Amino acid sequence: MTQTTAHHHAPPRGFLRTHVFSLDHKVIGKQYLDLALVAVCTGMVLSWLMRFHLAWPETPIPGLDRVSPNGAAGGVITPEYYLALMTMHGTIMVFFVLTTAPFAGFGNYFLPIQVGAEDMAFPRINMSSFWVTLVAFLVLIAAFFVGDGPPLSGWTAYAPLSAVGKDAGPGQGVGQTLWAVSITLFCVAQLLGALNFITTTLDLRTQGMSLARMPYATWAWFITSVIGLVAFAVLMPACILLLLDRLAGTSFFIPGGLVISDRLQPHSGGSPLLWQHLFWFFGHPEVYIAILPGFGIISQILPVFARKPLLGPRVLIACLIAIAFLSYTVWGHHMFLSGMTPFSATLFSVPTLVITIPATIVTLLWIGTIYGAKLRFTTPALFCLGFVSVFVSGGISGFFLAQPSIDTYLHGTYFVVGHFHFVMGVAAMFGIFAGTYFWAPKMFGRMMNETLGKWHFWLTFIGVYCVFMPMHYLGLAGNVRRYSAFTDDYLKPMIPLHRFITIAALFTGAAQLIFLFNLVRTRLRGPKAPDNPWEATTLEWSTTSPPPFDNFGGRPPVVYRGPNEYGGTGAGGDYVMQASPQAAGPG
Amino acid sequence: MGKLFAVVVAIIALVSTAIFASHIWWLPVDISAHGHAIDRQLTETMATSGALFVLSQLALAVFAWRYGDRKDGRAIKLFPGGATPMVVFATILVGAEVLALTFVGSKVWAGIYQTPPDPNSLQIDVQAEQFAFYFRYPGADGRFGAVHPERIDEGSGNFFGLDPANDTTARDDIVVPSLAIPINRPVLLTLRAKDVNHAFYVPELRIQQDFVPGLVIPLHFTATQVGKHEIVCTQLCGLGHYNMRAYVEVMSQEQFDQWLKERAAEQ
Repeated sequence: MTQTTAHHHAPPRGFLRTHVFSLDHKVIGKQYLDLALVAVCTGMVLSWLMRFHLAWPETPIPGLDRVSPNGAAGGVITPEYYLALMTMHGTIMVFFVLTTAPFAGFGNYFLPIQVGAEDMAFPRINMSSFWVTLVAFLVLIAAFFVGDGPPLSGWTAYAPLSAVGKDAGPGQGVGQTLWAVSITLFCVAQLLGALNFITTTLDLRTQGMSLARMPYATWAWFITSVIGLVAFAVLMPACILLLLDRLAGTSFFIPGGLVISDRLQPHSGGSPLLWQHLFWFFGHPEVYIAILPGFGIISQILPVFARKPLLGPRVLIACLIAIAFLSYTVWGHHMFLSGMTPFSATLFSVPTLVITIPATIVTLLWIGTIYGAKLRFTTPALFCLGFVSVFVSGGISGFFLAQPSIDTYLHGTYFVVGHFHFVMGVAAMFGIFAGTYFWAPKMFGRMMNETLGKWHFWLTFIGVYCVFMPMHYLGLAGNVRRYSAFTDDYLKPMIPLHRFITIAALFTGAAQLIFLFNLVRTRLRGPKAPDNPWEATTLEWSTTSPPPFDNFGGRPPVVYRGPNEYGGTGAGGDYVMQASPQAAGPG
Repeated sequence: MGKLFAVVVAIIALVSTAIFASHIWWLPVDISAHGHAIDRQLTETMATSGALFVLSQLALAVFAWRYGDRKDGRAIKLFPGGATPMVVFATILVGAEVLALTFVGSKVWAGIYQTPPDPNSLQIDVQAEQFAFYFRYPGADGRFGAVHPERIDEGSGNFFGLDPANDTTARDDIVVPSLAIPINRPVLLTLRAKDVNHAFYVPELRIQQDFVPGLVIPLHFTATQVGKHEIVCTQLCGLGHYNMRAYVEVMSQEQFDQWLKERAAEQ
């Protein structure tokens, strides 16, 4: 066990150093969360526009022509603008929400506190990684305002569509270049962040905080950092090669003999499949980068409200590690039909199916934790239960898509859209919501409103099922994704179901305004939070709400036990805190 | 609150499953020789994973219903046997499912994508481009002319970049914007992309395959019912992606021969 002090810097003075260019991991964590909030609002508005257009393709959207005179002349979204909205929605959500909030945001704020450190190992690198992420976001958003519009090649940016430049159509000029620059920067920030998380976890644990005693959220952030370190280290060079193809005339991803816009392209020797391999080598682990922090958050929060230890904590950690390893062996399941040798499909299918085993075990551990519990149905608890439900729903459809023989029918349909939205979108969002309601008292020193929180939960929970479950039906009926309108004869009968989804999506989106209102109100004037409102055990609840600059007021905590001591009958209640030297009661 | 959650989760699980089972939205009719194996595989996966789905959701619902904090001072109950029996149970159950799906599924996949095409297949060359498909039949000589990308010219209808002036095999190639195939005869498509990625998807044929620039990808199948169906692109290819389609018409051998003769005369 190493005990080191990281806080070489004194408490900052002045507004800029305290709130803007802060080295404090807590401020940086909140900055990440605020960035994710701006990003998720942007991404959600884009999805409303897409959904509205799919349901009523001819109906003008008031005011949209002012935002984009070319993309939505008269308020009606053009096909290329639809694809641009889709590309920006996917990119913003995957990178700037699902990676930024649960991992960079909560991880930054709580990982150092949960291990009993005063700050991250490298506070300056930590600050840089946030600011680079912010610049990456601004560069991406800038694509909305360039001449030929935002890129339209999807968040996967398949080459050669993404590589040949403006010949490939609108958005594929400056917009696509900005996309690649943004993602490259994002990778730099994530690599810096991952190094920081790993070093902090390994080197800055306080006395008594052995690995076996680490809270599950911290375990998840730690494992996620390791995944990210490898995954982003592959995506970054891939994006740089893409930029070289676009700007420097290289041909990494572009083969010879392509005729685009009646012009024989001056490229030869590249491989479109190389991009797909590099992208998905990152892309599939990215799914786990988005969801594993959620696993950790749920595993930590569920016992608090079940008033019962988590079932099988060591099994949980083993499963998280197994998932991390397996996540690198499955990328080819995105490419069953890509033209790579069909023999490799079986090879990629097996680990894809095998990864369902640790995922199932983790799910059963949560359900087994609820068995015999004394559940307190607070808002964070409801989002934990909701998480388990939507994760099961999203995970089950993975059984279909993992099989090449079924994927040959379902690939490229709404079945896939339903699957990944449930499993990495909605489930990860439920993890973020659970974390926000749970940790708001600690981060802001104020309690969020429970009544509003519960309304938010119920409307969201029912809403997401109305939005994403029907997408599986559409996929079974062969409804192709990434279409800006359904003009095919066999797709026209599906438009009524699309209208239902759109109405559900608009309602579910509106329900998020309750959350926004609750969050803003809490931060401004919510009721003061006690130090440990939920009667939880981990170190963040041993300090004040919010914690002081150095987290523990100059007295590094000593840890005496693991985070799982709930359900006892000791004098201090049914739980024992990690920093409490008092022995656990029987029970 | 626990009871409400239980009821909502149970309703969601049962209604979703009922809609799946009702086949209101389901696969269209299968017109291919291999499709029944895919449909069976999908139905079996639906049954087994559907059972897992319903059981997991109902377990969640029942526990949420039963184990709310009633402030009655009762002690918590630990899961019987702890995590180990559950881990063993899950590993065996899901492991068996994984093995079963892999063994059966790989066979289905191999039967479509890993078996060589029938040597007597009707070979048709397919070119995908932003935002259309073109199909090329070899003509009377049974041989395709070589393709030269630099000769591709949309204006004159030279979609494949043929060189009939110098290449005698190209002179009788028949190029058309829609696909016609004879019933019950193996068909071998060779897929080429002129510009960016595209895909060939006919839900009724239960087949989907990407076109990749720089590669010529073989795809073979046999249609077993006459009829006309849409071929759609499922790989994002640009602004007209949603509108990129052609038709495949499955016809009797006699009709097909007649159709091909008429097309040859039009060239």
